[in-house]
Amino acid sequence: MTDNKTQGASIAFDAVGKAFTKSGGVTVNALEGVSLTVEPGSITGIIGRSGAGKSTLLRMVNGLERPTSGKVLVAEQDVGTAKGAKLRAIRRDVGMIFQHFNLLSSRTVAGNIALPLEVAGVPSSQIKPRVADLIERVGLTAQAGRYPAELSGGQKQRIGIARALATGPKVLLSDEATSALDPETTQTVLALLKDINRDLGLTILLITHEMAVVRDIASHVAVIDAGRIVEHGATYDVFTAPQHATTRSFLSGVTGVTLPAFVKDRLTQNPPPQGGEEVIRVTFAGAHATDPMLARLTKEMGIPVNILAGAVEEIGTRPFGNLLVSMPVAQAAEARAFLERHGLLTEVLGYVG
Amino acid sequence: MSANLINLLIEATGQTLYMVAVSAILGTLFGLPLGLFLATSQRGELLSAPWVNKVLGLVVNATRSVPFIILVVAIIPFTRMIAGTSIGTTAAIVPLTIATVPFIARLVENAIREVDSGLIEAARAMGATPIQIITKVLLPEAMPGITLGLTLAIVSLIGYSAMVGAVGGEGLGDLGIRYGYQRFMPDVMAIVVVILIVLVQLVQSIGERIAAAVDKRAPKSGGQ
Repeated sequence: MTDNKTQGASIAFDAVGKAFTKSGGVTVNALEGVSLTVEPGSITGIIGRSGAGKSTLLRMVNGLERPTSGKVLVAEQDVGTAKGAKLRAIRRDVGMIFQHFNLLSSRTVAGNIALPLEVAGVPSSQIKPRVADLIERVGLTAQAGRYPAELSGGQKQRIGIARALATGPKVLLSDEATSALDPETTQTVLALLKDINRDLGLTILLITHEMAVVRDIASHVAVIDAGRIVEHGATYDVFTAPQHATTRSFLSGVTGVTLPAFVKDRLTQNPPPQGGEEVIRVTFAGAHATDPMLARLTKEMGIPVNILAGAVEEIGTRPFGNLLVSMPVAQAAEARAFLERHGLLTEVLGYVG
Repeated sequence: MSANLINLLIEATGQTLYMVAVSAILGTLFGLPLGLFLATSQRGELLSAPWVNKVLGLVVNATRSVPFIILVVAIIPFTRMIAGTSIGTTAAIVPLTIATVPFIARLVENAIREVDSGLIEAARAMGATPIQIITKVLLPEAMPGITLGLTLAIVSLIGYSAMVGAVGGEGLGDLGIRYGYQRFMPDVMAIVVVILIVLVQLVQSIGERIAAAVDKRAPKSGGQ
């Protein structure tokens, strides 16, 4: 490979707002007061529901959308006010991949990857070797002369990635790039993005509605809800100690720890008069993630623990466990204190009779 | 049938082909850019010029709503100015072209508007200029649709060309009227109709083949 190590660029959103005026004069704020700094060379995920404004936010990085207030800076350059040739120059430093690939059906794999180079005015003698390198990087050498319609979704997204990398960008934007792919293909595309981030050092900013994508590749995450960023930080911290309800609801999908229906249906906010059980979420993070704490709870404190649901997984390379348990109300406070003392996080979800 | 009649038929076929070919080429020359502009100049589009778009759209609609035979007669002074005469096969090319340009423009506009807007977004994200987006993305992607549109335009030109006998344009239509109808020679009429059918079939199947060859959107049946 002849790839040069491109230095990743930082991205900064400074009090960014976007207001749309609908027909009838009603103003809708798609984004409000969004401030976020994306470190150079990081992989940052923006997660939110559809309509939360994440797509608008992403499109501001390459000027496809303009903020109505605030500033968007890429490598210290103001994208929001850039026009004409200056904006096009910034765009060549920012590659983008799309959910539906957006490949030209009339061009072969090689032709699609060559397009941004042609657009940038690169002489054709230099385009050929560059395209061959990119095709090799994404593992499509055998398909170079074929048309997108003949390829699978995963292969199409590889073309999209090679095309986005063609001009040697400092930033790669990913707009739900794996949302149209099956889980297995998603994994291979995410692995490719990770490799690219490591080898080329470029900054990757991705939007998704799947927490699993964030867990698998993002070092940082921002959660967006109704046009505002409600939580952001290192992925591990946000996963292990989510602060906002939106974050929690996204997490319940990936961490595999929703309450079983037979418990959930009987859950009450106050302890039943005759005692009953307290339902607790226990989060194992950091050094204690692999300790057998529940066994110790029973053995050392004599408190019986009933496991309702749970999972242990990895974020980056760090393990992270999440258990839903119930125990007698009378001993629950003592048990929580014991667990907290050993570095575990607990949260009372409710009571069952 | 006399050798004389056969010669007339061959000559008339040549004249029809000449009128249709020249008007199709001129019509494409003017209609293609016009269609491209119409497809990209509404508010917020690549070449955003909403007022010019509106005015051109009106002119196109107005031209298309005038019945062809009236158009032929109405623009006789203009035809004389361009062709030097208002009578004959060459003069007939002027109204044929004028009727075809707006038709081709609308067909091209439709084909361009069929192109997925995601491709325009991808090209903008690459830093492409509006002209690059038109030449490198919109035109190649719309090519199957444009080819089918031009085929349709040529087929209707063959039909229109039969009407220009009214202003002394020759060709198959004129021959059919003068011999087949006015001189009561139904065999001549029949042969003229058959030749027209063959011409239309030829144009249609060649057009469809070219369109299929430039269309890479779906895998060919039997492939994979």
